[in-house]
Amino acid sequence: MDPQTLIARRVAKELGSGDLVNLGIGIPTLVANYVPADLKVFFQSENGLIGTGPIPEQGLAHPTLTDAGGRPISALPGASTFDSAMSFGLIRGGHVDVTVLGGLQVDAYGHLANWTIPGKMVPGMGGAMDLVSGARRVIVAMQHAAKGKSKIVPKCTLPLTSVRPVNLVVTDMAVIGFAGGKATLLETAPGVTIGEVMAVTDADLVIPDHVPEMMI
Amino acid sequence: MKAVSVEEAIAMIPSGASVMVGGFMGVGTPERLLDELVRQKKTGLSLICNDAAVPGKGVGKLFDAAQVSRLTATHIGLNPKAQQQMLTNAIAVDLIPQGTFVERIRAGGCGLGGILTPTGVGTLVAEGKREIEVNGKPFLLETALRAQFALVHAFLADYLGNLAYALTSRNFNPVMAMAADTVIVTAENIVPVGVIAPDHVVTPAPLVDYLITNG
Repeated sequence: MDPQTLIARRVAKELGSGDLVNLGIGIPTLVANYVPADLKVFFQSENGLIGTGPIPEQGLAHPTLTDAGGRPISALPGASTFDSAMSFGLIRGGHVDVTVLGGLQVDAYGHLANWTIPGKMVPGMGGAMDLVSGARRVIVAMQHAAKGKSKIVPKCTLPLTSVRPVNLVVTDMAVIGFAGGKATLLETAPGVTIGEVMAVTDADLVIPDHVPEMMI
Repeated sequence: MKAVSVEEAIAMIPSGASVMVGGFMGVGTPERLLDELVRQKKTGLSLICNDAAVPGKGVGKLFDAAQVSRLTATHIGLNPKAQQQMLTNAIAVDLIPQGTFVERIRAGGCGLGGILTPTGVGTLVAEGKREIEVNGKPFLLETALRAQFALVHAFLADYLGNLAYALTSRNFNPVMAMAADTVIVTAENIVPVGVIAPDHVVTPAPLVDYLITNG
């Protein structure tokens, strides 16, 4: 299984029936593909839709039914549409149960940096800061390391997205939680040892007595 | 509400004006008004729009023709021209969180001085802003945002100017229709009064100053 699929499948297990979920761009978008058909999850697109459905077949796209990247999507039966004030009211107001975002860095305290690399990448934060500040649960879905460098760092060196810590980080090597205020290794990916995770993690990890393997 | 041609409407906007434009990645953007802004070469615009769309689409056309001098937006990462104009300081760009962006506009349209939001507390966004504690929680004071003109796109407009929107093309349009001195609207369909049921009117007619005629 490729790393992205592994991450997306593991994150999908975090979603519960009736949850209102916002998925970010990149690996998070893939999560929708692995939600069991019998689980009723509402996906929000922050440009004004709850009940996003799959990409329509070629030739069936509608110009006014799009995702937050402006790409065509569909709407499931029971979908609803609204303006951007309502959309971010849902986000900031704690009505979104789970948001899944990509990350550049997460530190030992659960702080996330995911919106800018000063001088290199300055696209603007879009909805990321509101999502991390306001959603009930924040899950980061990202590769454990980029170009051999750990993305789980002692302290974020990139500008923070929010001072509110994230709840869970799911990578291709591990699941890390922050319930106790410090990065704690909760699961290892199939075939990965605790030692291997620690070797590619710059932040100190709390290692509980029992660390199960990720259930995919 | 007055029905005018697209040429007449854009002629009212002077170069250097502040202009809000509805749309999200070009979806729900009044393309005809933007085409006419380009044709009439209005420059030095202070643009307030969620994003910079992409070259050739929506407000992206204004960056293609270098007509923007100041931009307030939440994300411009998908328009390389806007990015380049920002990095070479050809335009002054204020990038703000999307929830803050829309609430500042809402405040501007609702007679509020600003809003208190938890978004951005303790980050780069907080620099230079007042932090106010309410019930023990920190919030940023974000001031109201208005413009001289709002360019709005609707799905339906009736002869009085009542508006209804379609799917994800609603986005910032109804909020901006409240927050500008002059509101100019294009609609996919202009329909007789009564076609839009009162319960389905999203932007009430008195908010609309000009409706662009067909043709």
